[in-house]
Amino acid sequence: MTAGADNPSMKDISGDINLERIDAEALVIHLTGNWIQAAKIKPVEQVLAELAILTPFVRIVLQAADLKQWDSRLPTYLLAILDYCQAKRIQPDLSGLPEGVQGLLKLARAVPERAGDRRSAQQTPALAKIGTMVLSGLADTKGLVIFIGETVLAGISLMRGKARFRAVDLFLCIQEAGPGALAIVTLISLLVGLILAFVGAVQLAMFGAQIFIADLVGLGTVREMGALMTAVIMSGRTGAAYAAQLGTMNVNSEIDALKTMGISPMEFLVLPRMLALILMLPLLCIYADFMGILGGAIVTTSAFDVSLTQYFNQLRKAVDLTDFSIGLFKSLVFAVLIATAGCMRGMQCGRSASAVGDAATASVVNSIVYIVVADSIITLICNRLGI
Amino acid sequence: MNTPHITVKDLTMAYGDFVIQRDLNFTINRCDVFIIMGGSGCGKSTLLKHLIGLQQPTQGDIIYDRQNFWRSSDAERIRILRRIGVLYQSGALFSSLTLAENIALPLGEFTHFSRAEIADIVSYKLALVGLAGFEDYYPSEISGGMQKRAGLARAMALDPEILFFDEPSAGLDPVSARLLDDLIINLSDALGTTIVVVTHELASIFAIGTNAVFLDTETKTMLATDSPKRLLAESKDSKIIQFLTRGEGNVEKTR
Repeated sequence: MTAGADNPSMKDISGDINLERIDAEALVIHLTGNWIQAAKIKPVEQVLAELAILTPFVRIVLQAADLKQWDSRLPTYLLAILDYCQAKRIQPDLSGLPEGVQGLLKLARAVPERAGDRRSAQQTPALAKIGTMVLSGLADTKGLVIFIGETVLAGISLMRGKARFRAVDLFLCIQEAGPGALAIVTLISLLVGLILAFVGAVQLAMFGAQIFIADLVGLGTVREMGALMTAVIMSGRTGAAYAAQLGTMNVNSEIDALKTMGISPMEFLVLPRMLALILMLPLLCIYADFMGILGGAIVTTSAFDVSLTQYFNQLRKAVDLTDFSIGLFKSLVFAVLIATAGCMRGMQCGRSASAVGDAATASVVNSIVYIVVADSIITLICNRLGI
Repeated sequence: MNTPHITVKDLTMAYGDFVIQRDLNFTINRCDVFIIMGGSGCGKSTLLKHLIGLQQPTQGDIIYDRQNFWRSSDAERIRILRRIGVLYQSGALFSSLTLAENIALPLGEFTHFSRAEIADIVSYKLALVGLAGFEDYYPSEISGGMQKRAGLARAMALDPEILFFDEPSAGLDPVSARLLDDLIINLSDALGTTIVVVTHELASIFAIGTNAVFLDTETKTMLATDSPKRLLAESKDSKIIQFLTRGEGNVEKTR
């Protein structure tokens, strides 16, 4: 009955539907030919339109004596006709159809649609959209506050020596967030130092003040770019990884399993990750500072006629410990922000594969926004305080 | 001896405004094999989540022995949770840990056994579920049925008073499902574990269930609570009879 036995050539695959009026009350629909996916068949709307013209009648008899092959195309088509019949209170007679078709039609109608189950795809008005956005913003803020509260509680139990997590996990996270990131931090900060030097050098060379490239690169890297670039790298590298890891664990009910074991996922999963990042980001920042300064040195000494000794002497005059500490402090703040954004998005992740992707994206977007905002605030404060 | 182990009183479960089930009242006795049954989407798994502390009731109480679970402090609640074990539908093994580490985790956190003792317990529990020798495999390296059994080994790690099963036989072949049923009966007989099973597997329901609750989707409440066999024999509710006979019987036919 389905496709197979005598495969006709492509051009003569077609199914026909003919309407025939037999008396005042009844109409016969003859189905002939091949009713398969590839067949040429009159669109159902056209048939329904013809039926509308032929009304009124109270009965439709479906006949399929010359039906050859059929697949899902036929029941789908017939369901549309049956829906029409139901709407117009016409009695359909299905007994002329193959038994298989009758069975499938019966099955398709066996479980009636539950009222209210269908999701309507209607357009929401703009005002409702704004309302939804505000509400979801509020829910987000609530989630953030709850998460921060839970993190603080976990931190307190850590300080009291009661937090439950495995030292192995902490070391793995440290390995991943620290040494694992060295290569990319080296590359980026070296190049940023190089770029800073070039940008400044062109202007400074006009005044013959190439030596001040050292000031520019030194201050720029140590106070700003070192911390910022490392933070941006780590939010894409580690923050997103945290969100994806925790999100996947959520999907797989692993977080539920921890909860029902009486182990707090905040302590067991979030703490080691936060600690690792808070410990490693400042270290990476110091490393990035040196790499940036080295990048500046390469440009100044090779292209602008300043010796390495001069460069470093100038640098020592320009950069002091305060500048260094400001950069370090920033990186500490950034570490907290990245870890919070990553872990929070992971813990709040929904239960599907796309939710994990969303969580990773949201964690990166959030942490970069947090980083830049925090950086502006800190720089502003430093500026006002004159440090 | 019928001492109540878990008592559910006037429980209403809802997601926001959407009520899943209301007015649930039933008692799970010690050593019961208690079945939570009902058609798909009736809120069986949601009820389980309420029982194991993953979701807070909108109304009503869940009482463990004499302790009100949701009105206790966090510390008390964690103490109750330590007496239970849960087998999740997917196994929910920690994918970054080997099977042995998975099972050793609760042992290491909550007991004072030495490393060697823990290793022995782990091997024993794995052997119980037919996974002897799989200690060093990662969850992703074994089949779904094996993951489920390993999940059971982890749930049993601390010899819990109450074991919860979410659809234990889903995804298992008939023989494995039967073995799991035997294991459940064994646990209940030998260790006196109270067992709560969410399932709609009829064979299991009749083989192991000593008590049950039937949740209905349409009326959004429970229709009956009794042992499955007695429900089949005595219930006058056509929905229950249809469920317990795969829709073949009705009230008149079974009389």
